[in-house]
Amino acid sequence: MKGSLSSPKDLNEYRKSIQSTKKKFEKVISVCGGTGCHAQNCVQVREEISRELDERLLSDKVMVKFTGCHGFCEMGPLVVIHPAGILYVKVSPSDAQRIIESSVVGDSVIDELLYKDVATGKNFEKEQDVPFYSKQKRLLLAMNGMIDPQNIEDYIAQEGYSALVKALFEMSPEEIIKEVEIAGLRGRGGAGFPTANKWKACRRARARDNIKYILCNADEGDPGAYMDRSLLEGNPHAVIEGMIIGAYAIGATEGFVYVRHEYPLAVENLLKALEQARQLGLLGDNILGSGFSFDIKVSVGGGAFVCGESTALMASIEGRIGEPRVKHIHTAEKGLYNRPTNLNNVETWANVPIIIREGAEAYARIGTEKSRGTKIFSLVGKVRNTGLVEVPMGITLREIIFDIGGGMANGKAFKAVQTGGPSGGCIPESMLDTPVDFERLTEVGSMMGSGGMIVMDESTCMVDIARYFVDFLCEESCGKCVPCREGLKQMRFILDDIVSGRATGKQLELLKELAEVVRDTSLCGLGQTAPNPVLSTIKYFEDEYHEHIEEKRCRAGVCRDLIEYQIDADKCTGCLRCKAQCPVGAVLGEKEKPHHIDLSKCEKCGICYEVCEFGAVLRK
Amino acid sequence: MVNLIIDGQHVQAEEGWTILETARYYGIDTIPTLCYREGLTTDSSCRLCVVEIISRGRSRLSASCSYPVQEGIEVRTNSRRVRQARKIIIELLLASCPNSKTLQCLASQYGIKELRFKVEDRGCILCGLCVRMCKEQMQAGAIGFFNRGVDRRVAMPFHVRSDVCRECGACLYICPVCELQCRGPREPGDLCNGCFEAIRIDPFPSRD
Ligand SMILES: Cc1cc2nc3c(=O)[nH]c(=O)nc-3n(C[C@H](O)[C@H](O)[C@H](O)COP(=O)(O)O)c2cc1C
Ligand code: SF4
Ligand code: SF4
Ligand code: FES
Repeated sequence: MKGSLSSPKDLNEYRKSIQSTKKKFEKVISVCGGTGCHAQNCVQVREEISRELDERLLSDKVMVKFTGCHGFCEMGPLVVIHPAGILYVKVSPSDAQRIIESSVVGDSVIDELLYKDVATGKNFEKEQDVPFYSKQKRLLLAMNGMIDPQNIEDYIAQEGYSALVKALFEMSPEEIIKEVEIAGLRGRGGAGFPTANKWKACRRARARDNIKYILCNADEGDPGAYMDRSLLEGNPHAVIEGMIIGAYAIGATEGFVYVRHEYPLAVENLLKALEQARQLGLLGDNILGSGFSFDIKVSVGGGAFVCGESTALMASIEGRIGEPRVKHIHTAEKGLYNRPTNLNNVETWANVPIIIREGAEAYARIGTEKSRGTKIFSLVGKVRNTGLVEVPMGITLREIIFDIGGGMANGKAFKAVQTGGPSGGCIPESMLDTPVDFERLTEVGSMMGSGGMIVMDESTCMVDIARYFVDFLCEESCGKCVPCREGLKQMRFILDDIVSGRATGKQLELLKELAEVVRDTSLCGLGQTAPNPVLSTIKYFEDEYHEHIEEKRCRAGVCRDLIEYQIDADKCTGCLRCKAQCPVGAVLGEKEKPHHIDLSKCEKCGICYEVCEFGAVLRK
Repeated sequence: MVNLIIDGQHVQAEEGWTILETARYYGIDTIPTLCYREGLTTDSSCRLCVVEIISRGRSRLSASCSYPVQEGIEVRTNSRRVRQARKIIIELLLASCPNSKTLQCLASQYGIKELRFKVEDRGCILCGLCVRMCKEQMQAGAIGFFNRGVDRRVAMPFHVRSDVCRECGACLYICPVCELQCRGPREPGDLCNGCFEAIRIDPFPSRD
């Protein structure tokens, strides 16, 4: 790598030289090294591909890139061959040879490795044509597939750090803030607060010793969500570039990225990226000769969910217990170490270079009136194509689940989608045409949150799911304030009673009353949003609560205390299968004679129900 | 000076005063507090002092002990919504400390006739008064909070009496739970409703 660059001109020349070196490669094979693909052995796929290229003496004509997450995790390991853009899915190490043979040396495609749409049976050759990708708008994530996150040259070659040059040399701090305001950028960390307003307040705040901080929130405590992780792992420089621009606009001197310790690869890639940026003079003293100095440190946190809350996060960076405090004095004035501080989410920061580079007007054309740009969701649950999706704001939930997500897995019926992480709400079928928009999602009793999206089908019990989230939040509450600490605990007791059939109608009323008070009186956002799963399921699925309470029935067959397994003697062939598999020996009967279940022994694990090939086991 | 309305009364407050301070300055005594104590830092953790704050046509609840006065806001210290929230908070606290006289008295004041939550006597409401008293007034810092969430506890580090503790007893003095216990209830979870029922006064008549 080059030494320090001392002017925009230096950077431009450097970019040109990288680009011309890259031209020498005829083809680029991009192997996804994201979290999902890692679990599917992508490391070996990459090794086999490289070995194959070495053997054929192709290493200086074909480049292999080990990139961050491409998003289509369900189909991993993913391999894309550029410039044609051929996408191979579920690639195994043994496929390396034929891939090189047909699609790298030759120009044909291997049909079996293409993505096949289950519904239509159609094969898709190119990445951009696959329905999972074609309805997305991958403003941020597209670059994940193009760059090696550990090599700053890749980012620079893709016009990286050109927004920084524009900001530092062609714009005043006020103009940058104005640009972010016109773009309509709102915080991606949950609340959707207008980013420009936050920056303005922090710019305006007086610093007693000329020190102001900017922070990047990479705590990402939502279980199952990995948007921020994938950005940091796959494209750390976008976040860094955004932060430098923000620091210049705000007048900050120092930055911190707060990452949870469960993300070692994100930390590693980020540290490498920071070091490379520093070496090139893009970070540190007198950035690119502009006279502006700024540096970024990484702070690794314990990973508690509540540490994502702004004041708790700051306490944690300072080395104190990560507990929220009241913030009637804004952190823009007194934040980290009592100095003016601005906190934004990873994804918010990553949007900044795009806005500056492409211009606010172009950016603001994407999305709805009040929610502009794109949002990344981690689409999980009972949907066919799980993965990381980036969509334009304003797209409907239905489009995300049924077009991009490919509809329900296992052919079961859709029941609800939960957005916004553990304290989001559950949205029913009738509201699936709700667009992705901060206000609209709040109106229907959920929230944008940081981008978790869990799809549920008819086999999910809505009371059980509410109990699950309350249980999670109860464990994650810091315990400081009464409504959240005691209220969530009592909500959990009531929900326990409901799922086990012990509850009364009065308790349901009490649950509602309590949930509203917890929402209205808790100290921080955790407690204030924690009742969402309960209130939204009561609002849209109250029938299910009544069934549990009055009829002692769980229609999804999830709540163990309310179900019973029986064997239909007419259907049972006496195959012994369930008898052999029951872990507690509760199935009785002889070969070729109808079996029956000893209910006093049965632990309701449901194995017999799953294994019976004749549908003879009934769940009641 | 900041102009605002508290319970229909136009009042003026110094910049930086909290709503609680301002209300008390004007003799408005309808805001109960538990974790707030003059002379100690404000934690705003019990949330008993919530009041309704109406500003720009929107009403919300907020803890008055830390909320600074703002020009033009309207505050309701004892509206139906406020009392409803306080009732639930008192009920929640009683479920964790059924014998506290302070809490039993609050329950009678707020007309709570029944404890609807599951009782688990923990003998501490985690108001943190003792922790702050010890640290801020006694300059000792012998006790602190441990664990998170429902497992939160006040304790001495490593559960041994620390050298900095001078056994001054300030923590016992300030604790709203370690005091003389309420004699009314017989079974855990019973409510006393004694004194206030007997003399039949409504200490906090509704103002809405
Ligand atoms: C309990 C709780 C957890 C949070 N966790 C996160 C998180 O993991 N990541 C995040 O960016 N914001 C999180 N937030 C939101 C932050 O407090 C803050 O609003 C956000 O980081 C601001 O950035 P933005 O304006 O770019 O959205 C959390 C808030 C609460 C109340
Ligand atoms: S709302 Fe919950 S997490 Fe937030 S301060 Fe209160 S107890 Fe802690
Ligand atoms: S011991 Fe008493 S003063 Fe200390 S936190 Fe518990 S209730 Fe409050
Ligand atoms: S007195 Fe205000 S929150 Fe406890």
